[in-house]
Amino acid sequence: MSDKKIIKVEGLERRFASTEGKGETQIFGEVWFDIFEGEFVCLIGHSGCGKTTLLNIMAGLDQASGGNVIADGFNVEKPSLERAVIFQGHALMPWMTVMGNIDFAVSSRWPKWTKEQRLAHCQSFIDLVHLTGSENKKPAQLSGGMKQRVGIARALAIEPKIMLMDEPFSALDALTRGSLQDELLGIVAERNQTSFMITHDIDEAILLADRIVLMTNGPEARVCEIVENTLPKGRTRSDMHTHPNYYPMRNHLIEFLVNRSKTFKEELASTAYDPKKPPTVRPMAEPERPNKVAS
Amino acid sequence: MSAEWKDRLTAGAASLVFLAVFLFGWNAFVTAQSGPAADMDPELAALLGPQAKGESALPRPSDVGAEIWGHITNPFYDAGPNDKGIGIQLAYSIARVLTGFGLAALIAIPLGFLIGMSRLAQRALDPYIQLLRPVSPLAWMPLALYTIKDSEISSIFVIFICSIWPMLINTTFGVATVRRDWLNVARTLEVKPLRTAFRVILPAAAPTILTGMRISIGIAWLVIVAAEMLVGGTGIGYFVWNEWNNLSITGVISAIFFIGVVGMVLDLILGQAARLVAYAE
Repeated sequence: MSDKKIIKVEGLERRFASTEGKGETQIFGEVWFDIFEGEFVCLIGHSGCGKTTLLNIMAGLDQASGGNVIADGFNVEKPSLERAVIFQGHALMPWMTVMGNIDFAVSSRWPKWTKEQRLAHCQSFIDLVHLTGSENKKPAQLSGGMKQRVGIARALAIEPKIMLMDEPFSALDALTRGSLQDELLGIVAERNQTSFMITHDIDEAILLADRIVLMTNGPEARVCEIVENTLPKGRTRSDMHTHPNYYPMRNHLIEFLVNRSKTFKEELASTAYDPKKPPTVRPMAEPERPNKVAS
Repeated sequence: MSAEWKDRLTAGAASLVFLAVFLFGWNAFVTAQSGPAADMDPELAALLGPQAKGESALPRPSDVGAEIWGHITNPFYDAGPNDKGIGIQLAYSIARVLTGFGLAALIAIPLGFLIGMSRLAQRALDPYIQLLRPVSPLAWMPLALYTIKDSEISSIFVIFICSIWPMLINTTFGVATVRRDWLNVARTLEVKPLRTAFRVILPAAAPTILTGMRISIGIAWLVIVAAEMLVGGTGIGYFVWNEWNNLSITGVISAIFFIGVVGMVLDLILGQAARLVAYAE
């Protein structure tokens, strides 16, 4: 991880026309956080706090009502090949084969490449996600996990600066999800791929993320705090729960999702909360007490 | 033998039984209608046709079979304006249908594409489409004859106007309902609009568009018979009307058979095309 910020989210706000027809409802506001190069950031929050909207704004698919997303020094106004998106539903084109879907992305990225160049490039990413042999299958012939592998390969194949993932594994069964998380972790670590993922799965966040952004319930959702993962790098799904910091991490996140995400507004009043610098928390095992450090 | 083939054989056998029952019933009906020959001058009897001989005006299945066989073995003879082989008549009709349908597709599909992409165009044009769509295509015929002053082009115009609506409406619907996710994928990949149209929207909407084309060609084939009855000259519709004027019920029934066969073949062709562009999600 370097000090270079790939993404700066600055005071982002999104309002929707209110359902009663009068005025507007703020879904979230004053959202500030950064993503550093090579970092894996997860965002956790309940449904309805505008997580998907936030990711879509970061991707350039949706417009903010206020604030900015700065990607690599430039204001995000429209989608870019530098920011690949992995969608919740795999969003593969059902009339294209696995190879065709990835090639569609690769040929958009490098229009001048020859067919051989493109196919070789696609093939290496198909191999990377262990789909060798399924190149000519249509998405309908693949299982849910395999489809999402194609989605991952398509996003990685354009070699983006950052990969934005919107609950990519939420539609999968637990076993498939587990093995895909392991693979994603390996691939991201090996390629030093900057990543941002929305999830509501706590274990997924602890396994994958370097930092976890906690978002309170909407409307008027805020970034409550940013949790630094105190588990060492190189953790795996099978051994991470043996680490002494695992339960402090997990309990802190559960406590947030169950209680604090709802009552944060009251908490706000009693603390010196600066939305530009949400508190950073490092939950750890005793004797070290969970100490709050200002970032 | 697999269960699938067994089912098919049973269904085929049942079809044949239905046909046999139908032909037998038809034959029995004609026999029941026949009575003793009227006592009259043989020359008058010859002019009056089968009824004077005590036979039913309805032909027997065997007569129709022989007539159909006659048409099949000699489809392309041309013995003057009122006596052409059924192949020639069908060819005229098919050519008109394909011309009208093709022109309609050339306009309806690109136009439907534009309307489907733009909420504004959809709202602005929808009232006109809804107003014109239910109009019987034959109602356009006088207007067409008056303005175009050519019966051949007028019947093509009527085919054009009747086949345009299902294609236009289906293309609009297919384009407007392309999954947001697919369009978002194209947007995040910075795909140019034209490439998105051809690589994403067109294949996504193709099954719906093909369904529209299939409905259109079905309607076009229905309408051409009526249009040719009105316009006259050539074509299968004119052939039917001509046979009716000749009081040849045998000819009318065999024409009905051929109209059905051609309609079925047209539908099969588009059905196959639809299978080519179909996709499973």
